[in-house]
Amino acid sequence: MSIINIQNVTKTFPEGTKALDNVSLSINDGEVFALLGPNGAGKTTLIGVIAGVVQKTDGTITVLGKDTVKDYRQTRGTIGLVPQEIQVDIFLSIKKTLEYQRGFFGKRKNEKLIEKTLKALSLWDKKDAPVGSLSGGMKRRVLIAKALMNEPKILFLDEPTAGVDVELRKGMWDYVKELKKNGTTIILTTHYLEEAEMMADRIGVINKGKIILVEEKKTLMKKLGDKTLEITLDTPIQKIPEKLTQYNLSLTKDGEKITYRYKPGQTGITKLLANIKECGISLKDVETRETSLEEIFLSLIDNNNETKTI
Amino acid sequence: MINWIGLWTIFRKEIERTRTVIVQSIIAPTLTTALYFIVFGAAVGNQITTTGDVSYKQFIVPGLIMMALVTNAMIASASGIYFPRFLGIITDLLAAPMDFVEITFGYTIAAAVRATIIGVLIYLTALFFTPLPIAHPLFVLIFGFLSAWTFACLGMIMGLWAKDFERLFLIPSIVLTPLTFLGGVFYKIDMLPPLWQKITMLNPIFYMIDGLRYGFFGISSTNHCVALSAITVTLIITLTIIKHFFTIGYGLRK
Ligand SMILES: Nc1ncnc2c1ncn2[C@@H]1O[C@H](COP(=O)(O)OP(=O)(O)O)[C@@H](O)[C@H]1O
Ligand SMILES: [Mg+2]
Repeated sequence: MSIINIQNVTKTFPEGTKALDNVSLSINDGEVFALLGPNGAGKTTLIGVIAGVVQKTDGTITVLGKDTVKDYRQTRGTIGLVPQEIQVDIFLSIKKTLEYQRGFFGKRKNEKLIEKTLKALSLWDKKDAPVGSLSGGMKRRVLIAKALMNEPKILFLDEPTAGVDVELRKGMWDYVKELKKNGTTIILTTHYLEEAEMMADRIGVINKGKIILVEEKKTLMKKLGDKTLEITLDTPIQKIPEKLTQYNLSLTKDGEKITYRYKPGQTGITKLLANIKECGISLKDVETRETSLEEIFLSLIDNNNETKTI
Repeated sequence: MINWIGLWTIFRKEIERTRTVIVQSIIAPTLTTALYFIVFGAAVGNQITTTGDVSYKQFIVPGLIMMALVTNAMIASASGIYFPRFLGIITDLLAAPMDFVEITFGYTIAAAVRATIIGVLIYLTALFFTPLPIAHPLFVLIFGFLSAWTFACLGMIMGLWAKDFERLFLIPSIVLTPLTFLGGVFYKIDMLPPLWQKITMLNPIFYMIDGLRYGFFGISSTNHCVALSAITVTLIITLTIIKHFFTIGYGLRK
């Protein structure tokens, strides 16, 4: 069942930038949807028009069957938004920030909810500290806590881990998984593709304001997922020997590893390894892995730029 | 359906903001009033004669109160809406189930209440210097509050229009201060030469001060009903402009 329905949405900014170009997209109830795309692709703008922060130029959006313009009170009430930019009222305490946030949504004070959320995000000790005194990672978590104050059915996370320590990121994602388990639909954008790979059920790729692909993560991985054979050498080499140029090989900068990309089912590895041996190169380690989403994603964008269609 | 809790939250947030800057927002205006009394009331006042039973010290009180009401209401709501824009947290309001009614009334009524409190404090300060019976207390309250609210709405328009701090304080300093000073706070209009009397008649603040003076003393140079109607009409016009700003997203939505 779809919870958000976006139809032919266009956004042209006053000075002429077309940030969204006829976008149609449907988000399923309860899923984690990762929106990927390079900087300036339109991710933040798309989230903004759904949440009501940006006025769209054209098209319709429904959330739980309600129009985001006509029935904005109902639609916004079900949405929690973690914005990309860390913007906070630096003089307010965390607790006050959360209290006001809940009030804006027309909901009565709920100390229990504040306590539960702050504890889950390891901010409880700091509840009375002015937000301005917190580190970047803490401020980011305050933004997450804020977005949860109206107990949203849909949560937007716009690059939520930017500027957050690696150790804390894991905790954040664990919490997001918890929210998903409780039925929250989550739409996230991130630059860390391993996060999308780890978290998402479906992945959408947006470039220059156009959705160029929407796919189940698993299908996407399978469809485009070349395998990579990684060969670690005993002693580094300067360049790949003449004899091996028939293979699609690449050498890492330090000369210690050769990588070979191939389609699953494609044979010839044995022959390649034999050829390498013939060249007098001895191997330390051989490993195969799935090509990462990052590699897939970059080749997709490249294709899109060249052919303009997919 | 109005989001009453949302409106109340904005109102409360704005009033609580006042508490944290209590010196600047409440004590300073009261102190200024006391200084006006000492300088104008004591030093200048003896040279100026007033008509009827109203002494000069009494005469200047409504003007001082009106000056404080309009200036404070305007600055409070202008900065109230400008700061979230400046900090980028205006999105908190835009993503919430609120619109024109909640946001506008939340900010402007809080600003008007804050200004009214300052007005009352000025009145209380004045009592140290002169007895001040009020002829029409209800009229004073309604007229004073409506004036403050109207200027809070003008302040909101400024706060949505301003692109930087300089422009935010442009109108209060170069328009409002001269208008209040030339609006007859410290003198009666018939003390002026005929040309200046005519010019004063074009100053809206003059009617507001005179209207409040009616409320205090039961006498005035102009018709207080005209002043009250004019204020109400201005209030409706400013609210309509703000409503239009919300419709097109001016100063709010990208
Ligand atoms: N407020 C704005 N005014 C004008 N142009 C904007 C504004 N916000 C974003 N844009 C433009 O819209 C495009 C999409 O931006 P954005 O949605 O922020 O991309 P992303 O989040 O994918 O990095 C960019 O070209 C950006 O410059
Ligand atoms: Mg962005």
